[in-house]
Amino acid sequence: MMTNLFNQFEIPQMFGTKMTLITLLLPLMLTPQPTNRLSTNRTYTLTKWMLKEITKHLMLPTSKNGFKWAPLLTSLLLMLLTLNIVGMFPYTFTPTTQLSVNMALALPLWLATVLIGLRTQPTKSMAHLLPEGTPTLLIPTLIVIESISLLIRPIALGVRLTANLTAGHLLLQLISTAALSTIKMIPTLSLLPTVLLILLMVLEFAVAIIQAYVFTLLTCLYLQENT
Amino acid sequence: MADKVVPIKEQKLMDVKLGQLPSWLAARDYSAQGIFLGFKAGYDRFFNKYINVKNAGIGGFAMLMTGYVILSYTWSYSHLKTERIRKYH
Repeated sequence: MMTNLFNQFEIPQMFGTKMTLITLLLPLMLTPQPTNRLSTNRTYTLTKWMLKEITKHLMLPTSKNGFKWAPLLTSLLLMLLTLNIVGMFPYTFTPTTQLSVNMALALPLWLATVLIGLRTQPTKSMAHLLPEGTPTLLIPTLIVIESISLLIRPIALGVRLTANLTAGHLLLQLISTAALSTIKMIPTLSLLPTVLLILLMVLEFAVAIIQAYVFTLLTCLYLQENT
Repeated sequence: MADKVVPIKEQKLMDVKLGQLPSWLAARDYSAQGIFLGFKAGYDRFFNKYINVKNAGIGGFAMLMTGYVILSYTWSYSHLKTERIRKYH
């Protein structure tokens, strides 16, 4: 029995000091350092291939002005991917379940895309507030609606990632508690939660990867609109 | 032929004689940068031996993740001890 279902999301501490920084720096430890060698080892070849694919797919729909965002977006995707997948290991802490971390990533990135749009091409970026072909009478309403949807983007970006990962981890904990508590008393009954747990684990891995991708893709999309 | 005399600060741990151990420990750098560099050196040794090699397998990564799991367990032990399975609650 647990006292509080949300205990698993508490930040790990060592002698009173929060370990958030170390858990956030873990992706740095897992990535090999770049070398100048032509023929590299297995780890670095795989990493380089993955980085090239990520950058290619992110920058394919982007205009030339957006190319300078390539390192930022690639490293964002890599960081979120690593943090989410490492969080699937037992007892580990996932910083992306904390709203503070996700908002700290989402808000500045979104604001940067909006400011870049307003600075370099103000007419074109303001034009996004009104979709093409709207009836004349609906224009004021639609502008208000589009402005609200613009302002809600950073909140949506941050909360989407937080909610998806938190909900996944919570579900995992609940179903594993059900499986564990019934496995001694009624083993046949515990078969159902165990099968569900295995399927949920597969889903969680997929969600971890997909959510990281969605976050980066949406940021890239907001960039495309504004460059 | 006598070996060149190496100052105690620059000797590796395995080369230090047992009697010289306290003076070796006292000569180490315990500032924040020193501790950080110590961890970094240790991690670099592990990384270059098991992960950053030509034919790396799952072994290096598995060892790293096992170590991280154990470390995370020690960090969150105070939360975890409330979740023990008990007969009576």
